Amino acid sequence: MKKVHALVITGFGINCEEEMAAAYRLAGAEASIVHLNDILVEGFSIHDFDVLNFPGGFSFGDDIASGRVLANKIKFKKLPSGKTFIEEIREFISAGKYVLGVCNGFQVLVKLGLLPDLSGDAVQQVTLTRNDSSKFEDRWCHCTVASGAKTPFLKNIDKIYLPVRHGEGKLMISEESVRSQIVNNNLAVMAYCDASGRITDEYPLNPNGSEMSIAGLCNRTGQVFGLMPHPEAFLTLYNHPDWGRLRRDNPGISEDGEGLQIFKNIVAHIESEER
Amino acid sequence: MEKSVSFVHLVPKDVVYDPEGKRIARQIKKHLKLESGVVLASKLFLIDYPLSDDELSGFASQCLHDPVVNDIYCGKLHTPDNYKSYISIAKMPGVTDDEGTSAQKTLADFLGKQIDTRTQHIFVQDLCLIEKGFDDKTLFTIASNLLGNKLINHFEYGSPENFKLYVPAVDVVVDNTVENIDIFLPDDELIRLSRDMVLSLDLAEMKAIQNYYRDEDVNSKRAALGLPEIPTDCELEILAQTWSEHCKHKEFAAQITYTNTVTNETKQIDSLFKTYIKGSTEKIRESLEKNGNKWLIKVFNDNAGVVELNKKDTFIWKVETHNSPSAIDPYGGAITGILGNNRDPLCTGIGGGRLLFNTNVLCFGDPYYEGELIDTQLHPRRIFEGVVKGIEDGGNKSGIPTVNGSIVFDERYAGKPLVYCGTAGIIPKQYKGRNAWEKHIDKGDRIVMAGGRVGKDGIHGATFSSTELNEFSPSSAVQIGSPITQKLCADFLERATERGLIKCSTDNGAGGLSSSIGELATISNGARVNLENVPLKYSGLKPWEVFLSESQERMSLVVEPEHMDELFGLASEMEVELSDIGEFTSDGDLVICYGEKTIASLSLDFLHEGVPRKMMSALWNGIDVSEPTLPQVADYTYVLKRLLSALNICSKEWVIRQYDHEVKGKSIVKPLMGDGNAPQDAAVVRTSFDSFEGVAVSNGIIPRYGDIDAYQMSAGSFDEAVRQIISVGGELPNLEKSNGLFWTVNDNFCVPDSLYDEVNNPDGKQKLAKLVQMCEALYDMSTYFDIPMTSGKDSMKNDFKGGGKKISVPPTILYSMAAKMSDVRKAVTSNFKAAGDLIYVLGETHDELGGSEFYQLFDQLGANVPVVRPEAAKQLYIAVTEANKKSLIESCHDISDGGLAVCVVESCFGTSFGADISIDTISAVGLNAALFGESHSRFVVSVAPENQDQFETHFKDRAYYLGKVTGDANYCITEKGAACITAPVSDLLDAWKSTLEIME
Repeated sequence: MKKVHALVITGFGINCEEEMAAAYRLAGAEASIVHLNDILVEGFSIHDFDVLNFPGGFSFGDDIASGRVLANKIKFKKLPSGKTFIEEIREFISAGKYVLGVCNGFQVLVKLGLLPDLSGDAVQQVTLTRNDSSKFEDRWCHCTVASGAKTPFLKNIDKIYLPVRHGEGKLMISEESVRSQIVNNNLAVMAYCDASGRITDEYPLNPNGSEMSIAGLCNRTGQVFGLMPHPEAFLTLYNHPDWGRLRRDNPGISEDGEGLQIFKNIVAHIESEER
Repeated sequence: MEKSVSFVHLVPKDVVYDPEGKRIARQIKKHLKLESGVVLASKLFLIDYPLSDDELSGFASQCLHDPVVNDIYCGKLHTPDNYKSYISIAKMPGVTDDEGTSAQKTLADFLGKQIDTRTQHIFVQDLCLIEKGFDDKTLFTIASNLLGNKLINHFEYGSPENFKLYVPAVDVVVDNTVENIDIFLPDDELIRLSRDMVLSLDLAEMKAIQNYYRDEDVNSKRAALGLPEIPTDCELEILAQTWSEHCKHKEFAAQITYTNTVTNETKQIDSLFKTYIKGSTEKIRESLEKNGNKWLIKVFNDNAGVVELNKKDTFIWKVETHNSPSAIDPYGGAITGILGNNRDPLCTGIGGGRLLFNTNVLCFGDPYYEGELIDTQLHPRRIFEGVVKGIEDGGNKSGIPTVNGSIVFDERYAGKPLVYCGTAGIIPKQYKGRNAWEKHIDKGDRIVMAGGRVGKDGIHGATFSSTELNEFSPSSAVQIGSPITQKLCADFLERATERGLIKCSTDNGAGGLSSSIGELATISNGARVNLENVPLKYSGLKPWEVFLSESQERMSLVVEPEHMDELFGLASEMEVELSDIGEFTSDGDLVICYGEKTIASLSLDFLHEGVPRKMMSALWNGIDVSEPTLPQVADYTYVLKRLLSALNICSKEWVIRQYDHEVKGKSIVKPLMGDGNAPQDAAVVRTSFDSFEGVAVSNGIIPRYGDIDAYQMSAGSFDEAVRQIISVGGELPNLEKSNGLFWTVNDNFCVPDSLYDEVNNPDGKQKLAKLVQMCEALYDMSTYFDIPMTSGKDSMKNDFKGGGKKISVPPTILYSMAAKMSDVRKAVTSNFKAAGDLIYVLGETHDELGGSEFYQLFDQLGANVPVVRPEAAKQLYIAVTEANKKSLIESCHDISDGGLAVCVVESCFGTSFGADISIDTISAVGLNAALFGESHSRFVVSVAPENQDQFETHFKDRAYYLGKVTGDANYCITEKGAACITAPVSDLLDAWKSTLEIME
C-alpha cells in the first residue's frame, strides 16, 4: 500500500514545521516540508498529497493580526497556474482530502474562512484574537473532545493534555446564528477544561478567554481541523511537564506522547479510506 | 493633514474586544496613579502610495479588517465623543516598521502588483483614545513612560478634535561626501578629535594612527590610489571600530601588573584572555585528547564555539551581552541582542546552523524602586518589562525556544542592566564534502551582503558600548531587530549551505560591514568593497556610515563566482535581498570604494595588529568584612516566607510563560515542571527526533558573593552551573575514555570600568584586581573539572553616569554551560515524586552565610562566603551520576539562594506533596547556617523507600538523612524535636509566586 503523504507548509515565519513533519513520520506517514513560495511562485502542486498542514509559528510576525497577512497571500496572490492558492485548497478539500492547522495555522484557516466554513464559501465568520491577558503565554492545558466529534483527527480521544503557546488564541464568534450553527453541527470539537474534564472559563484553565472555551474547530465534513494547542509538541511522554511522576506512578507507561494520537488517527483514517 | 497620504483607522468594535486598551488603562493606574477611564487601543495605517478610492476601501475591508472584532474607517478617524484625549505613537523616520512592511506586502498581493520594496509606503501607528481629558504634560508622561520610547517614537497627543497626523519622512538628500581628517595635531587636540568623532580612542592609539600615516610606503601607495596623506573619515572610523574595546578586547589582552598586598604577591599577567581563558582550554584539550575525548572542534576563533555532537553533527554555542542599548531602549536593545546572538551560531564556519534553543540571563535594578532617577535613567521596572518583551518577540517570532534563564536583582544594575543572550545550534559536520565548521576564502571570491537594508541604525554601536553611558549617548545607537526578516534569512541560509552555494559566512553585528569584512579579509589577506552597491533603506548616508552601520538582520556571505547565479535565484525565491558588494583579494589591504573613487585603504596588518598594547595595574589590599551579630530569629516560618518572596528567589513564572520554551518539540526538562510550578535546575533538550540524545543547559551567576571575595564568586558561579547539570542527570566529562560526552562553556564577564584614573576612576586598580581573581578562579575550576571555555565575551564599561552620579555594576561573571546527555529519558527533575520517599541532603553544609539571601534580609553582608571545595565536589558529582545510572534518585534539586529550607520546599512545589524533615543531622554549623546557608556543591534528593539501603551504601557519609515526603502538602522542619518551620505548602507557594505576579 502506498504510504500516506503529508504536506507541511513552511516559510515567512512559520516555525513548527519540523516537529509537524516528525509527527507524521512517527505516525507512519511520509512528510514533505515545502516552502510556501514553492507553491506560490514555482507552481508546486499540493494535489499529490493526502493531508495539507499549516503548522504553528508567527507568519509575518503576527502583523496586522495573527494569520492575516498569510491568509491574504493565500487569497490574493496568483499562482503560475493563474489560480489563487485558496482555490487550490478548496479543490483539495473537494477531492475528499484533509487539512490541519495548528496555532498560527488555525489562525490562518479561520481568517481564510475555511473554519468553520458553515456556508461552504470560505467567508470568515469567527476569529482568533488577542488573549484576555493581552500577552503571549506558554502553558499546558487540559482539553476535552466533544462526544460525536466527526473529524477523524480526534477519533477515540476523549481528553488530551497539550501545551498552548500563543498571544492571540481567543476564539470569538461574529453573531448568534454562527454560534448556534457551530453548536448544532457539533463543530466546536475541542474545548479547554479542568483536570476532571469539566469545560471551564476559568483562567488559566481556559488560557485566553475563548468563547465557549473553544480550543479547536472542524468544518462540517470534519476534513478541516484547526486547534490552538500544539499536538506536535507532545510526541513523546518526555515532553509532558510531569513525566517523572507519571512514570513513577505508572511503571510501563507508553513512551508515546498524547499529541501523537491525532496524527496516528488521520494517517490510519486515510489508509482505511484507500483500502 | 497631507493630501498625498491616505489612511485607514482600525478600531476594536467595542471595548469588550480590546484587551490591549484595558491593559493600558491598568498600567496608567498602576504606574502613574491616574484614572484614565476607558482606553481604546486602535491602529492607524498610513498609506503613501497612489490608490483609487475603491482600491483603498478594498484593501482596508479585505486585507486589514477582521469582521468579528474590528470596525474600519477609510480616510477618516473614528473618535467617539466620550474620548477626550488621544495619543498616537509613531515610529520615527527610518526606524524599523515591520508591520508597515507586512501591510505593504499584503497590498502588493491584493493589487497583484510588484511594489517597490526600497521605499516604505505603509507606516503603522498606534492610536490610543482615552476617556479622561488629560493635559498635554500628562499625556506626554503616559506616552513616554508606558507606550513608547522618545528615542524611537514620535508622539502626537491632545484632544481628538485637534488630532494631528504625523507622517514619518526620511531626509532624502544624497550625501556621499568623504571628508579628510587632519590628525597631525598636538596631543590635546588629538584627544578632542577622538571625543568629538566618538572614536573612543585614547592618546596612544591616536598617535599610533598618526605614525601609520607618516610611513613613506603607506604614503606612496595612498598617492597611487588618489588618497590624501591624511586619513579619510572612512579610514578613521574603520580603525576606531576595529580597535574598539568591544571588538578588540584590549583590556583582556592588556599587560597587567597585579599586586596583592594580602598575600604579598606581585605578578605580571601577559593578557587575561591568553593566560586564563585560552590557557585553561588548551590545558583541558590536552587532558581530553590524552583520554581519547576529541570533541573540541573549534574554540574562540569563530562566531561561536564548536564541539562534536555525534558522528553526523556538531553543536555550536554562543552567549553574549547587549547591555548598553538595553539601558536606553530596553525592548530594542534586547530584541537586537537576541537576534544578533542568533546570528553567531547561524554564521559559524560555513554557516546555516539550525538553531536549537535560546537562553537568557538578566540583571536588573529593583523593579519596585521608589527613589529618584538620574537624568536619562529609565526606571528598572521599564527596563525589566521592555527587555522581557524584546526577548519574547526575538525568540518566539524566530521559532526558537527560550529554555532556560535566570534573573538577578541588585540595585547596582539600575543604571546599566545586563542582558545575556545565549543561542545553541546544530550544524552538520559536512556540506558537500566540506567541513562545515571551517572558514576558507580565496582571492576572487565574491562578497555578498544578505538580509536587511542599511540605514543609520546603530552607527557607533561598537565604540559606544566601549564607553560609559551618559546624557549625550547618541540615540542613533538604538536599533530595532526584525525577527521576521531574520527568519527569512535563516531559512535561506540553511538551504543555500545545504546546496553548497556558500563558501562561508559571518554575521554583521557591532561595527557592521566594517567589522565583518575586516575580519573575513584576514583569511584571504585582502578585500575590496564598493559601497555604492550596498542597498540603503533611504539615501542620505555618508559612505563611512554605510560601512559602519549596524542595521540588523544582515550577514556577509563569501561566494565562489560560479555559484552566484544559483544563489541569487534561490534568494529571490525565498524573498531575501542579496547584493554583490565586492571581492576578496590577497594583496594585504582592505580597500573601500564608492563608485569609481577609492575612499579608504588600510593595511590589514596595521588594522588588526597595530593597536598599541594597553598596560594596566591591579592592586588588591583586601577588604574589611566581618560576620554580623543578628537579633534572635523569633519566627523561622516568617523568615522563610520573606526569603521565598525575595526578588532573587521568587518565582519567575511571569517571565517564563511569556517565552515559548517548547517550540521545536524537543523540550524534556522545562523551566517549570510538575503541575507547572516546580522550578528546575537546568534545561534538558533533545537534539533530534531520531534518538534520545540531548543536552543539559545551565547558568551560573552569583554576583553578590563578589562583594566579599571575587575569586569565590567566580568559582561558586562555575560550581553552580556544573551542579545544575549534574542535578538533572548530566555527567562530568573525561571520566571515561572516548565517551563523547562534551561540555561547552561560554564565559561572560561584565565589569565596571577597571582602568585606573586618578580623577575619574580612583578605585580602578581594585576593580581590576577583582577581575584578575575572577579569571584565576575560571582557570582553576575549569582545569580541575576538564570543562572547557569554547567561546565568550567581555563587557568592560558597565557604568551609567548622569547628574554628577555614577552607578556601576558589581563585577559579574556568567558561566553558561551545555553538556551532552546520552539519553534524556534518564533526566532527573527537582520535584518530589511520591509520598513516603526519603529526603536527604548530599554534600557538606558549612557555616557559610556570607553574601546570603538570609543576611540580605537583615541588610548584612557577612564574611563567610561559600567556598568551593573542588575535590569534594567532584567526588560527589561522580557519585550522583553513578547513583543515577542505578536509578536510585527520584528527584534532585541543587541548593542555592536561600539555602536548604528554600530548596526542600521548592521540591514540594508543583506536586501535591509536603515534607516533614529534621535539621539535626546538619545543624552542628548552627541553625541559621543549616537552614539558610548557601554552601556550594549540595543537593536535596528524594529516594524511594525500597532503595534506601542501596542509596545509603552508595553515598555513605556524603548523604545526610532529613526526613520524608508526605502526602498532606504541609511543610515542617523540626530542630531537636521541636518545629521551627511549619506551614501549608500552598501558603509558601503563594509567597513564592506573588512577588512578580503583580508586575502588570
